[in-house]
Amino acid sequence: MSRESVLHKVRTALGRSAGQPVEEPLPPRLVVPAVPMEHRIRSFRERIEALAGKTYEAMSAIDACEYVSGVLAGRTAVASNSPILRDCRISSLAGVQSGITDAAELRAVCSTAACGISGADFGLADTGTLVMLSSREEARLISLLPPVYIAVVARERLLTGLDELLTILPHPAEQTSSMVLITGPSRTADIEQILVRGVHGPGEIHVVVV
Amino acid sequence: MSAAFDEKIHGTLADPKLQFAIYKATGRLVEERRKAIEPDLCPDYQELRTHANSIKRHTIEHLDHYLEEFARQVEAHGGKVIFCKDAEEVSDFVLSLAKERHAHLIVKSKSMTTEEIDLNERLEHHHLEAVETDLGEYIIQLAHERPYHIVAPALHKTREQVADLLTEKLGVARETVIEKQTMIARGVLREKFLAADIGISGANFLIADSGAVVIVENEGNARLTTSAPRIHIAVAGIEKLIPRAQDLAVFLKLLGRSATGQRLTVYTSFLSGPKRGEEIDGPEEFYVVLLDNGRTKVLADSEKRQSLYCIRCGACLNHCPVYRKIGGHSFPWVYSGPIGAILTPQFLGVRHEPGLPFASSLCGACAEVCPVKIEIPRILLELRSDVKKAEARDGAGRIERLMFRIWAWVMRHPRIYEMAGMAAGSIAPSGEGRWIRHVPLNAGPLAAWLSQRDLPPAAPKSFRQLWRSR
Repeated sequence: MSRESVLHKVRTALGRSAGQPVEEPLPPRLVVPAVPMEHRIRSFRERIEALAGKTYEAMSAIDACEYVSGVLAGRTAVASNSPILRDCRISSLAGVQSGITDAAELRAVCSTAACGISGADFGLADTGTLVMLSSREEARLISLLPPVYIAVVARERLLTGLDELLTILPHPAEQTSSMVLITGPSRTADIEQILVRGVHGPGEIHVVVV
Repeated sequence: MSAAFDEKIHGTLADPKLQFAIYKATGRLVEERRKAIEPDLCPDYQELRTHANSIKRHTIEHLDHYLEEFARQVEAHGGKVIFCKDAEEVSDFVLSLAKERHAHLIVKSKSMTTEEIDLNERLEHHHLEAVETDLGEYIIQLAHERPYHIVAPALHKTREQVADLLTEKLGVARETVIEKQTMIARGVLREKFLAADIGISGANFLIADSGAVVIVENEGNARLTTSAPRIHIAVAGIEKLIPRAQDLAVFLKLLGRSATGQRLTVYTSFLSGPKRGEEIDGPEEFYVVLLDNGRTKVLADSEKRQSLYCIRCGACLNHCPVYRKIGGHSFPWVYSGPIGAILTPQFLGVRHEPGLPFASSLCGACAEVCPVKIEIPRILLELRSDVKKAEARDGAGRIERLMFRIWAWVMRHPRIYEMAGMAAGSIAPSGEGRWIRHVPLNAGPLAAWLSQRDLPPAAPKSFRQLWRSR
């Protein structure tokens, strides 16, 4: 509709002409500190727990699977197609549906399942954040529709923070249509600043570091 | 100052419950921000601000370049970019798309830009249901009100008012427990998300090098809006651009901390185009509406174009002694507080509410807390000058200008100044050290001015007399 006229108005306002070159902006400000893995894990867990999330450091795949099984406690769940869930045999736990590749089926299952389980591409230690890239292995709705969400992240995937993520992944759009950072359970304070968890997304989250 | 502005201010000042609600909510947000930027938690806070200001300045000064790069990137990822000059073009686009796709239900996540253009009303006028899904926005949509605050739209509503509203509009049993009220809204809105054909979101940032829309939120409603329906439309002002995905390292840290004291909000979505080949879910169509609606007018003024750096964190509202007394609905447009006081006259013209740039003590708190360092007090002064120039063009303010001319002349003539001072001292009421609360002047050009102000009593001796006798 108004593409050329809006661009023309912008150029006129700035006194620029079409295609006029642009000097480089300031280089991005990215500070990546050296943090030993043990400290990253501790900080990651502390931050999530400060936001009322639960965390568990699993010593083995079997340990992770047992923890998740305990959280499920017989409830229904939908699991993503992430290799880490298969490797830990979480995908094949009783009551867990997995291997879904059809959008309509996924939506139907996610709308009724009590829990959603996924892997995470990265964890950010200084904020307790999960980084999720949408792919054939990870659907968007698993971490969103069920009221309980469980994420399993490999310890070597724990980065120091946002700056390191953007250093190793400078162009997320080349890999996925959707990168989501998740920091704690869904929350609101829109009525009288009273904190309520689980308003639209999951109110309960568990993060397992393997 | 218009009568409507004056009336709303006095209405807010006279409502003790509302005063308490504003005071408490803004006070809490001030405290959360303060804790989040303490040097041991955020040692480089000031450097982040300086860096963000520099990136915003660069982007705004070369906005045409970044708009074109952004549009190219969105299209490369299978999305479409629609430039709109005003509200009508946006609603025309949404209406025609909805018609082509046989869409009836739209879910919306919080967006000040769509508030600015009254998009919901325009769509409803054409029998499209557009439902706000952020809890605060949902409440004020049910109440047919405007957001009270940029980040806390229902800041002024008590749980009792929310209970009445839910009962009246949804027909549910009256519920005053906030957790349960929230779950009622969750249930209603969950059905809307799953049934909606189109999701309309705003954007906190547009990333030129990625063609991405970045949205920050805490509830998950923006993720649902942009993931569940088969069409996603993001509506954003053209000023929302930043050059690179890597620039988010600075802006996300500042936005969360300045708005609510969070290091990062619960969800940050980085969305570039519709779902791709093997991805399982996500929208099949992705549109970004880039809105002018007066922004190019602001851009044309090299002094005031920094107003467009704003990232809508709301910190200037929370810290403003004027906002904290007169509240959000006293302001004449959707943007309230200090940022509203500089945006409104520039978007709608200084004549829209000539009193607005004057409704400030120029204390400077807004500029001190602004994460992108907008010089709000300086812009307010420029706008005051613009208001007076416009009044002069309209032939108004003659007496005021005459008085200032006399004042300026007196100031340049020391003897006359001294005589005038003595004359004023002799007729001014002396209150024996007490402030004069009611100046006995209820007519004439100064009456309105004096009705709002107390005067100190005249000193027994003038400064000049004291100086001579030392």
